[in-house]
Amino acid sequence: MKNTFLQAIKLSLACLILLSGIYTLLIFGIAQAAPNHGKGEVVSANGKTYYANIGQSFTSDKYFNSRPSAVAYNAAGSGGSNKGPSNSEYLAEVQKRIDTILILNPDMKRSAIPADLVTASGSGLDPHISVLAAKFQIKRIAKARNIKVNQLETLIENHTEKALLGLFGPEKINVLELNIALDKLK
Amino acid sequence: MNTEILGIIIVFVLTVALAIPLGKYIARVYRGEKTITDVIFNPIEKILFRFCGINPAEEMGWKQHLKVLLTINFVWFLLSMFVLMCQGWLPLNPDNNPGMTADLAFNTAISFVVNCNLQHYSGETGLSYFGQLFLMFLQFVSAATGLAAAAILFNALKERTTEKLGNFYVYFLKSLTRILLPLSIIVATLLAFNGTPMTFEGKQKMVTLQGESVDVSTGTVAAFTAIKHIGTNGGGFFGANSAHPLENPNYFTNMVELAAQMIVPFAMIFALGFYLNRKKLSLMIFGVMTVGFLLLAVPTVMAEMNANPALTRMGIDTSMGATEGKEVRFGAAASGFWSIATTVISTGSVNSMHDSAMPISGLMQLLAMMVNCFYGGCGVGLLNFYIFIILSVFISGLMVGRTPEFLGKKIEAREMKIAMVIALLHTLLILSGTALSTALPELGASTLNNPGFHGFSEILYEFTSSSANNGSGYEGLGDNNPWWNITTGVVLLLSRFLPIIGPIAIAGILASKKHVPESAGTLKTDTSTFGLMVFAVIFIIAALSFFPALALGPIAEYFSLA
Repeated sequence: MKNTFLQAIKLSLACLILLSGIYTLLIFGIAQAAPNHGKGEVVSANGKTYYANIGQSFTSDKYFNSRPSAVAYNAAGSGGSNKGPSNSEYLAEVQKRIDTILILNPDMKRSAIPADLVTASGSGLDPHISVLAAKFQIKRIAKARNIKVNQLETLIENHTEKALLGLFGPEKINVLELNIALDKLK
Repeated sequence: MNTEILGIIIVFVLTVALAIPLGKYIARVYRGEKTITDVIFNPIEKILFRFCGINPAEEMGWKQHLKVLLTINFVWFLLSMFVLMCQGWLPLNPDNNPGMTADLAFNTAISFVVNCNLQHYSGETGLSYFGQLFLMFLQFVSAATGLAAAAILFNALKERTTEKLGNFYVYFLKSLTRILLPLSIIVATLLAFNGTPMTFEGKQKMVTLQGESVDVSTGTVAAFTAIKHIGTNGGGFFGANSAHPLENPNYFTNMVELAAQMIVPFAMIFALGFYLNRKKLSLMIFGVMTVGFLLLAVPTVMAEMNANPALTRMGIDTSMGATEGKEVRFGAAASGFWSIATTVISTGSVNSMHDSAMPISGLMQLLAMMVNCFYGGCGVGLLNFYIFIILSVFISGLMVGRTPEFLGKKIEAREMKIAMVIALLHTLLILSGTALSTALPELGASTLNNPGFHGFSEILYEFTSSSANNGSGYEGLGDNNPWWNITTGVVLLLSRFLPIIGPIAIAGILASKKHVPESAGTLKTDTSTFGLMVFAVIFIIAALSFFPALALGPIAEYFSLA
């Protein structure tokens, strides 16, 4: 028994070095060749850098707004609302979001509100919105920025991320990149 | 065809296609034949065995196997308690996260040792990088424990009479070096090149475009996320697990992570066929599991794509399906599909929040974990399925009046008793835990995030996930307190080790019995008829055990919502 214990301890320590040590360092080494040396992808604009994949809170009229977030886009944490589909408190909250959105976008109909704009994501840091959600906000932004609607339509078209290889997965738009491009529009 | 549907079909098909050659390779590894990884790992393994004083040529009986397996798991538990409680002052803690409380450390240590990864903490604030890297070690070794247990089963199923079933340390170490490590390196590399961070720099400051300042948690995510899936562990680096945009940055990584969690369980089924040279047996097992999997996955994908009827009634555009708790980059179909893949296989990682899933999806996720043997976790899925094979052999043997035999060995009362105990243990743990927590509202109901039927589902899910060693959760549940930490910790321990001990004991006892050559009177176990029989046994046990509880939770919620 004592021998078994000793073997178990020695094997555990050896594996600890192999797995937590060597494996980690190997992947760390490989990651140095990856974009931004494995520190997460970034985008730069006006001398500032942002994480491309971390969603940001956009609430201003002049920007394409992002989805509601259960963690207020605080990337030091993450998580969803975890509200069940039949929870009456939750349904009242969604109803309130719909009402607010209709006030903010007076030219748009209720039936055009895409579901992702009134529901929180799983991570609370979703960097994307659906194409429908971007199109929904065109009229409001055109008014707030005093630019033409068709300019915004082209912008959305240029920033729509197609399905992988054109075949797999949904279409979507990275809100941050869209808004950076929006700031550059004259 | 819809690109969302196409996306999940291609992942499934590709994974099966890759799993067949991988299964062949795994069979060679466990048979001790030459493989392409010998060049690198033969010398390393030799050094390790010499350092540990292990003689790899020494064969063990089933009792010796279990003794060694349990001893090394106990060592890991002690080590984990130390690291988790002391991580505050251990190195690699750039975010200054504190050590865990005793009950949380107890739960976390057990849950990573048993390959479950039920996480009652959030990675961003609950763990130092040292803690994360240590848990990563547990993700490797717990998966290797499961695989080694399956390798013992493979060995015992060979048609001969013996007490000697190979060497545990060899199976264990080879599972690590020849299977888990190479696959993890491939997956981690793919993730790192797609934007998953691999850094030691801690939280980063960022000022948003609107001018707010936020901290962004990063870390050694790529290495961690790879083994979390390859080892079917499922514990996330971040609180949001694979819904987090750094842990799972795009649709491609989502496909990689889905394939990564399915591939080893798939390959193990094929490995069994190659190992025993009984490919039809593999096909029977894979067929039963796949039918079961699809029966769970298809309704879930449909329910998620059809959206929440309560939201549709509000008059908004729900054409993209249910979106609460889901990421736009994955969409409803891939989220629904993942939620079943992660629950049939005991991964428990999530790319959407199950607590917000539709009632039908919740029902299917629960059923997937209640059955717990459609594919199943690394190695242990097959052990669970083996129990159902034994039960089916016995029942169908009685039905057609033949001696119950499996692979040339007679199944008698002792083996049947063990199989029954193991089959009923899962039910006992889930239902008694749920009943107790429901009966004590100050401990159970007070921690819920949702009222009514869904609240009951939160309790049921937590115990089902624990007992299936799955680790996903209805995360709304306030589970970081002594009640949940200790009760689920105990359930985890029992539901991990007894279902390893039971099948190995049966296999070991059968291996030492006299071999009965196949004759005209032998019940064939590699046919679709027998497959149907196994499926029926699984279905009847699950339905009889769990239907009343499911009726109170997701089924009732479904009717209240429709």
